[in-house]
Amino acid sequence: MSDPATDDRLLLLSPADNVLVARAPIAAGERIWLDGRQLTVGAALSMGHKLARRAIAAGDSVVKYGAVIGTATADIAPGAHVHLHNLRSNYTATYALDAPAGGTP
Amino acid sequence: MTALSGYLRADGRKGIRNRVAVAYLVECAHHVAREIAWPHRDEAHVIGFPGCYPNSYAQTMMERLCTHPNVGAVLLVSLGCESFNRHKLAEVIAASGRPVEVLVIQRAGGTAATIAQGQAWVEHALAQLAGQARVPMEVSELVVGTVCGGSDGTSGLSGNPAAGRAFDKLVAAGAACIFEETGELIGCEDIMAERAATPELAGELRAAVEKAARYYATLGYGSFAAGNADGGLTTIEEKSLGAYAKSGRSRISGLIKPGDIPPKGGLYLMDVVPDGEVRFGFPNISDNAEIVEMMASGAHLTLFVTGRGSVVGSALAPVIKIAANPEMYARLSADMDINAGRIITGEGTLDAVGDEIFDRVLATAAGQPTCSEAMGHAEFILTYKTFEPIGPACLPA
Repeated sequence: MSDPATDDRLLLLSPADNVLVARAPIAAGERIWLDGRQLTVGAALSMGHKLARRAIAAGDSVVKYGAVIGTATADIAPGAHVHLHNLRSNYTATYALDAPAGGTP
Repeated sequence: MTALSGYLRADGRKGIRNRVAVAYLVECAHHVAREIAWPHRDEAHVIGFPGCYPNSYAQTMMERLCTHPNVGAVLLVSLGCESFNRHKLAEVIAASGRPVEVLVIQRAGGTAATIAQGQAWVEHALAQLAGQARVPMEVSELVVGTVCGGSDGTSGLSGNPAAGRAFDKLVAAGAACIFEETGELIGCEDIMAERAATPELAGELRAAVEKAARYYATLGYGSFAAGNADGGLTTIEEKSLGAYAKSGRSRISGLIKPGDIPPKGGLYLMDVVPDGEVRFGFPNISDNAEIVEMMASGAHLTLFVTGRGSVVGSALAPVIKIAANPEMYARLSADMDINAGRIITGEGTLDAVGDEIFDRVLATAAGQPTCSEAMGHAEFILTYKTFEPIGPACLPA
């Protein structure tokens, strides 16, 4: 699925996406390939979590499955974890969650 | 490609199984129906409606289910004093050309006498059905539904989009495919409307999702739990898109409600959320309620994507179980027909698993039992609902 020059633990669900999904855990600080470039992963990624495929500016749409899944609330660097701390729903806010951004232990 | 054959019914539809339905018309007749079917439980399946009070949705659903193409004969089991209109149901079944018998427990002499009469009738019906020849059947004559249940963070990555790939191939071959769960399509209305065959249908698709959003808001249903975020999901629309992936990428031909039969091949959204005020509780209280509604719309079989690991099957129509999560597959492999978890582990592609699901659909239609079928799963549930008829823009011209 992914570009050959992208770490095979990362899944690209649609060519239009600006995020990739981890299909296996990736540790913080790991050097990984993403679209032919080497990046350092900032935060540990569990299976099913998202990572920015390219730079995403605050206010930009985040696209997964080729569809908008919400709006970036902060500038997101390539390789950064995309989750509750930098992405919000365009429908129902997920404020009810008291879990930390990286997920509960 | 696997050559298909089916049991030709008087309405022109063809069944991929030839079951006897033993239908209780109120919960009070459920035990007797179960005992009647038990000696031949692989071929005689128990269905029914538990309520004592009349409901036109339940009446319609039972009429559609008793005349489902996979059903060859029907035994109705009535207590005698319930509100269900057994006379009308029996007339509809008889008019479809199927053998039908009505046993009323209060008249037949009680539990033991009714079981004895019922078992004799089922044996006779099965002997009759055994002589029925199969006729050639095309993929374009199939109706296939899809649900997801016991979902987790992997469902939208592997099993659901792979099921979508299989749907694309089935629709291209002319089959009718049904997806549903409008309450879990919130956020998908724009991209879904873009796939509508007509602008009028696009409006109907949007309205169905908006109705679901209002309905669930009234129920106070929390569709986004902390566990979703732990699994990597951030927003409700992201969660919805995972479920939406089951629909594949074909043009959407129509919108149906439970019991509406797709008039031709294509992809259909089933609107499962009741119309009018919130009355009878959650639209579908468990996964089998969704499967039952798609059967009522003629689904010969159902694709069921699961992450946590559901083990259910269904009465009347086989269920193909698609495991989304590789760790769950390792634990429950005997219950799973397809391992889509290998997409997660990098051992398979969406296209390869989609092809495997398509092939399994054909094999199942040709008669090969699914895992749940072989283990005797025949779950069924039907509850109260209220629907208005679909609008004129909902079906293809």
